[in-house]
Amino acid sequence: MSKVVIEETSNETTPQSQPANVRRILGRLGPPALVVVLTLVVWELVIRALDVPTYIWAPPSLIAQTIRENYGELFGHAGVTLLETLVGFSFAVAAGLAFGLFLHFSTWAKRSLYPLLIASQSIPTVVLAPVFVLVLGFGLWPKVAVVTLFCFFPVVVGTIDGLSSVDPEYIRMMLTLDATRMGIFRRVEFPSALPQIFTGTRVAATYAAIGAVFGEWAGSESGLGWQMLQAKGRLDTPLVFADIVFITVMALALFGAVSLVERLTIPWARKGG
Amino acid sequence: MAAEASFGPPHATQPEAAGARLTPSMAASAAAIELRQVHQRFGEVVALVDVSLTIDRHERVGIVGPSGCGKSTLLSAIAGLIQPNKGSIAIGDAITPEERLRRCALMPQRDLLLPWRTAIDNAAIALENRGVRRGEARERARPLFERFGLAKFEQRTPAELSGGMRQRVAFLRTLMAQKDILLLDEPFAALDSITRSGMQEWLLTALQQEPRTVVLVTHDVDEALLLTQRVMVISARPGRIVRTLVTDLARDRPRREIVTSSEFTALKESALEALES
Repeated sequence: MSKVVIEETSNETTPQSQPANVRRILGRLGPPALVVVLTLVVWELVIRALDVPTYIWAPPSLIAQTIRENYGELFGHAGVTLLETLVGFSFAVAAGLAFGLFLHFSTWAKRSLYPLLIASQSIPTVVLAPVFVLVLGFGLWPKVAVVTLFCFFPVVVGTIDGLSSVDPEYIRMMLTLDATRMGIFRRVEFPSALPQIFTGTRVAATYAAIGAVFGEWAGSESGLGWQMLQAKGRLDTPLVFADIVFITVMALALFGAVSLVERLTIPWARKGG
Repeated sequence: MAAEASFGPPHATQPEAAGARLTPSMAASAAAIELRQVHQRFGEVVALVDVSLTIDRHERVGIVGPSGCGKSTLLSAIAGLIQPNKGSIAIGDAITPEERLRRCALMPQRDLLLPWRTAIDNAAIALENRGVRRGEARERARPLFERFGLAKFEQRTPAELSGGMRQRVAFLRTLMAQKDILLLDEPFAALDSITRSGMQEWLLTALQQEPRTVVLVTHDVDEALLLTQRVMVISARPGRIVRTLVTDLARDRPRREIVTSSEFTALKESALEALES
């Protein structure tokens, strides 16, 4: 019995050398970092040149100093906001996935509920925050509710769109390979929906911290949003900026964490380099 | 290498192993597939008119026709993915689409490998679909990778394979479905012509080792003549069988000799003439 010979060479992917990798990462991070540094320098110089009072607008150096001086307090409030953000975000991802799957498996539910879900996005979520305070009080839960509402929608949409945009040819192929409905879902539909689910989740990650701050503005006793309102009342503008820095870093970190999980979960979906 | 032995052809001298894994159990009736006066229309478009065809067990039949003549529709109908408006299709005693679906494996033009699965896990997916654990499915697929010249490629992802290699994995996946009937829908159309002729040789060798009833749809007359024992020429829409060619070519000689032989050119001329009419 003759063996079949391979006459083709495969296009082997050579692992990149370490310095090349470093250079690639620097090449990608370099330009935006440069822009950030330039912006900070110009900002600092303009404020100093025009002699703007610090209660109107604070220069970066003063913001950095404020962060150093109020380190403990800032981190304490950041912890509160971070908890609200993470709990709300987790709820939103779990609920969004579950709801998306439910709509995917029930044609009737999808037809009746999906249009309503889209329409519900015209309700500004922010205006619901005071209502949650009335119902749930001043603690953790009204903020969690706002964050969840903020983040739920992109996750659901990502899940539903991902699941319904599977190439029907794959499903036909799986049918001729004895797949059950569940088998098709597990081996084809869900994995191929993952990139879109992650896209939705990344969008949700950027909303989450903002949602928590809105929740705190509507009524709270602690958190970065609460601290911001207090600082604003005292005309302590540098502290307001310090809070903004913390909120931004938090949002970026959550976005980065989701992106990292995405890279590890679905390495096959990475486009290009 | 007990596992390898069990993948041998059914006529090999291992009665207990033959047919145990890859070769499906099926009544050894002469006719594997029987189509009677099959008509298929999609709304206003008439795709197939009065197609009748009997295919023997382990026969290889080619279906040639211009693009859009309903060749793929015919395969979908045999596979049970659609039920024709009129006429009947029987695969052994399987008549309903659901029953036919269980007897056929379809290999589409695009390899449709799942990018998140390695080559071996793609090939073994039919076993997993039937409830075999992944590890065991892999073990059962491994001997085939060795036999069909893919031994070092088990752990590659589809993105790391060339077009020809992907198509081989796709064919192994179809083979691993353990169906007696393989429906090949333009399996090599997406490949360049040099890779394609290599793949045709490979397919013939593979089918000698794992004989199956094969229906091959293609728009390439040479491919149909080279790979199958009987070629049906289908007309442009509405598709009907306009000519049947028996291609009893002596195959134990190099491809260039076959394609330049006088029998081959005569068959090709006949096929092309039928396509033009």
